[in-house]
Parts: sequence; C-alpha cells; structure tokens
Amino acid sequence: MKSSQLGIAYGMGRSYGDVCLNPDGVLWNATGLDRFISFDEVTGLLACEAGVLLGDIQRLAIPRGWILPVTPGTQIVTVGGAIANDVHGKSHHVLGSFGNHVKKITLARTDGTLIECGPAMLPDWFSATVGGLGLTGVITEAEIQLRRVAGPWLDTETVPYANLDEFFALSEASESAWEHTVSWIDCISGGGGRGLFMRGNPADVGPRTVPQGHNLIVPFVPPISLVNRLSLRLFNMAYFNFKKWQSGRAIVHYEPFFYPLDNILEWNRIYGPKGFFQYQSVVPRALGRDAVQAMLGEIARSGDGSFLAVLKTFGNRQPVGMLSFPQPGVTLALDFPNQGGRTLKLFERLDAIVREAGGRIYPAKDARMPRELFEAGYPLLNEFLKYRDPGISSALSRRLMGY
Amino acid sequence: MPDYQKRIVILGATSAIAEHCARLWVKDGAVDLTLVSRDLGRTERVAADLRVRSPQSVVLVLEANFVDPPAISQLVDEIVAVGAVDTVLIAHGSLPDQAVCQQDLTACHDALTVNGISPVLFAEAFAGPMQKANHGTLAIIGSVAGDRGRKSNYVYGAAKGLVARYAQGLQHRLAGTGVKVVLIKPGPTNTPMTAHLKQQGARLANVEDVARLIVKGINQGKPVVYAPGKWALIMMVIRHLPRVVFNRMDI
Repeated sequence: MKSSQLGIAYGMGRSYGDVCLNPDGVLWNATGLDRFISFDEVTGLLACEAGVLLGDIQRLAIPRGWILPVTPGTQIVTVGGAIANDVHGKSHHVLGSFGNHVKKITLARTDGTLIECGPAMLPDWFSATVGGLGLTGVITEAEIQLRRVAGPWLDTETVPYANLDEFFALSEASESAWEHTVSWIDCISGGGGRGLFMRGNPADVGPRTVPQGHNLIVPFVPPISLVNRLSLRLFNMAYFNFKKWQSGRAIVHYEPFFYPLDNILEWNRIYGPKGFFQYQSVVPRALGRDAVQAMLGEIARSGDGSFLAVLKTFGNRQPVGMLSFPQPGVTLALDFPNQGGRTLKLFERLDAIVREAGGRIYPAKDARMPRELFEAGYPLLNEFLKYRDPGISSALSRRLMGY
Repeated sequence: MPDYQKRIVILGATSAIAEHCARLWVKDGAVDLTLVSRDLGRTERVAADLRVRSPQSVVLVLEANFVDPPAISQLVDEIVAVGAVDTVLIAHGSLPDQAVCQQDLTACHDALTVNGISPVLFAEAFAGPMQKANHGTLAIIGSVAGDRGRKSNYVYGAAKGLVARYAQGLQHRLAGTGVKVVLIKPGPTNTPMTAHLKQQGARLANVEDVARLIVKGINQGKPVVYAPGKWALIMMVIRHLPRVVFNRMDI
C-alpha cells in the first residue's frame, strides 16, 4: 500500500458510480483477501477478511442455520465494500443497514498503522468507517453478527398497488409483520405510481428442491441501449400485468428473492456503450409521498423512464455511519440509460425535489451529484473529514470533497 | 469408528492455486490436510479459512525449508510416519524476472532451485514411501512454460521442464503400481504470482477454474493435466513450430 500515488481499495466494482474508481491514481485490489477467519456456530459471529463475498458467506452460513441480516440486491460484493458503502436491503425497517451488524473492523492506514474499531471500541473511527466510502483506510478484516435462520426459504407475497397512497398504506401495514419489504414501481404508465409490493419472511418449510440457477449472460455490448422509450413502455406494461396476474403468496428460495439479477451475468451491457446512471434518493417520511409523486411527475414529463425503479420505506432508526445513506424516510432508486445532457438535466430537476424535501442521494450509486447537495444531505461531513486517510483518494472524493 | 478421512499433503500451501484446490477438497467432505509452506503465519491464515469452511476436517500446518535436502527428507519422513498419504500436491514456486536471471547468477540459481530442484526433491522423498504403500496420487505443478524454452521466460521454463522430465521418469518407474503421478501444467493464471502480468494487460485464467481442473485431473489420475485445457492445443503447436519460424517470434 506504500506508494507515492494516492489509492483506493477496489473489490468487485459493483458500485454504479465513481466511489471505487481512481483514474489518476492506484487501485488496491482487495479480492485476494478472501479468507474466513473464524465462525462460531453457537453465537453466529463470523470473522473474515474484507475481500470475502457476501455470496460466500450466505453459502457457508445458511446450511448451518445463520444468514446475513442485511444484504443488498447483489451478493457479488465484498464485505469491505458492503461496510464502506453501509449497504442496505429489504430488511432495513427491521434490521437497519449492514453496519448495524458489524462488530469489529480492522483498518489499515497508509501510514502503516492498524486500527481496530467497533461499536464499543473507538466508536468514532467505527462511525467514520461504516459508510466512509473507503476513505478512512483500507478495511482488511471484519466481524459480522449473523442472524438465525431455519433455511434458505422465504414465505413471500406480491401485492399490486395502484398509486402511492396504496403503497404507503401497504408499507405501514407490512412493517411490523414482514422482515423484508420492497416494491417495484412503474414510473411510466398513467403518470406513474402503480407498482408491485413484495414482502417476505424467513420460512421454516423443511427441505425442498433448490431451483437450479441457470446463468444467462449478455454476450456483448449492443451498439445502442436496449433500454429505451419504446422497450421501457412495453416492458413495464408487460411486467406489471404479468406479475399482477401471478401475485399472491409463494415459497421462494432466497437467491431469486434477494438477488434477482445475479444470474444474468453482465446485465449492465444492455444499456449499450454509454452505460447508465443510477439515481437513488431518500426523503423524510413526512414529505415522502409528495416528493416521490413530484419525482415521478418529472420523469413522466421527460419522456424517459426507469426500468428497475424501486421504492421502499426505511425504518425509523439513526444511521450507524457519519456518511451512511439510509435515514428515516422513503427511498426511490431509479436507473436511466445515459443520454448525456438530457439525462443530466432530468437529474437536476430531481435534485431540486430532493433538496427541497431535505433528502439526500446515495453516494455508492452516484456519479454526478452537485457538491452542494452532498454537503446539505450529509451534515456530519466535516466531522468525517477528520478521519480521512491522507494517502487515499477516489474519483468521488475529489469530486465531492475536493481531494 | 470414525469415517475414513482422505489424507492430503500440500507443499506450498499459500500458493493461490494450491489454496483453491484445498477449498475444493474440504468442500467435498471432511479431509485430513497437512499444509506445508515456508511462512507459518500465512499458512495459518489459509488453515483457519479451511477450518471455517469444513469444521469436520483436520488441518495441520507445518513450516519447512524448501531447498535443504536433509530438511526435506526429514520433513517427509515425519509426515509419512503418521500414516499413509492419499494425495500429495507439490505446488510451490515463484516466477522470476528473466532479465534479472540473465544478469545475476544467484537469482538464476535461486529460480532454478525453487521451481525445479525443490519440487523434484519433495516428489522423490514421497515416491519411496508411496511406492512401498502401493497407494496414493503424487501431483506436481509444472507449467506450460516448461514445454519449450522461450527467450522471455526460459529460466523458469527450464526449471519447469526439469519437473516435467522428472515426472515422466517417475511415471515410468511407478507404472503398474498403485501410485499415480500427475503432472499439472497451468497456463498463466490470475494469482498474486502473476499480478504484474495482469497489470501489463495479460489475459489470465481464473484461479478457481484452474483449481477445479487440477482437482478433477488428480481424482482421475491423469498423467498430464493442462489447465485450462486449451493450453494442451496451444503448446502442441508451439512445441512443433519449426525453429526458423519459432525464432522469429517475440514470445
């Protein structure tokens, strides 16, 4: 790690923005740090190196009765990345974010020192490092408290909703009884607002035949994005109606439930050579309905739409990290094919709504937010900066923090 | 009586290829693993990982001198004294800088020793007891670089060529016994040993895929395993290129 150039740790590169990129410097590949250190099958405490993948943990722990309490929408990410971005999942309203379950972090600083921190040990360093975007040092090891689970199955229900009021009513009604909630929202048809609410609970249904995961691969980058106005309109209409027809209760394996895109390898290629942007915001609950409605309105007006639009309420709990993204409120995640200026203009209008509502944008998925919106959204930023490692810098840190 | 656990010994257990082979072995069921390397601390990390993956397996860690013949002899005696071994994987090695080897005979000597003589001495030390037990598979990691000397890498290639010719002789000696000798020839693989090649833009095979082919080849007792398999074809062409053509190539 000793070098004259500034570096940043790089894991699986699944962040959509520039948080793990460093075009003027060095990337430290963390995927070789892929060893487990210890696992206590009685208490569920797992220690591992930071390059271990969440999928490796799930495959190791679930057959032994333990599961990651929080997992994002892909399991092809490293533990270090999950901590540095303080990732969240469908269980946020019950279990918080990834950092809520981390008991200890080992941090290698570029001056050669090692810092061990956790909720009860150097909690200020812990709070800076969870969600710290890799900027406080290189995370080399972590201890994670897993959660008891009967097996790999979930009892799930899909409920169609017609508008945002129904979404919020469903969320409210589901939060106490369902461990996992999420919804897909159709941001094109009828001004937006209809969608599919999905909820799930771990289920003890005994052994069943595990579905054979067949991997599909997008074999090449098409010359233009396959996600465009026409395909989106067709897709959203078909998806909504198909799922509506299929809706109801079902026992589902955890992999398709948590990680629907993981067996479509290189799925990002469908957006063509220019790629795509993600835009994920969270706005406080009180203004949430109006803000989401306003954002859907802007998207409809732009004529563009998002294919993987996800709407979810976050739980009422304080974030672990100084720069952790999840906060009480409602989060909307959108992706748009990169159409240059037109897409960036739309984001400026969405920014205005987020700013007005007192919300913020998820840095792990961001490649373009204005610095002033970042500063407004993350009031502990100045406190955080004291913990930065002067030998570490990323494209995101230069864009949003000056160096 | 506890179930019989397969006894596997790995020399150079911190090598990425060896470590991934070990992960596959413990995944298939409880095994009795002996990990040997020259760095106890790093080997302990590998062992801890394998114990988490397979709590039923027994994982023993040993430190060794890899270039001193009496030390090698003593170590192998100690290992086989405990009981018969089912599989031995000799996996240690390091990729030298060819240009440095041409300038510095000590570097050249070290590269030849660690990649050529040392694995052969280990194999020879195990061959006797295994022949006596009339049981087991002795697998040695060579390299595609040993198939034909090339200007960019011939010191390493010569050491691996020594391993190949040795394995051939040992296969002849042990033909008709219960002992199988497997020579493994990985192509360039994505491991810490080749990190600098990756930075130069080389296309490297995935270490998990290479390990899977090695474990399969060992299970089948194949005399020669190219991993990935395409290298069998590539090296056949390279070996048969006429010298006038070969000498014009910049490889």
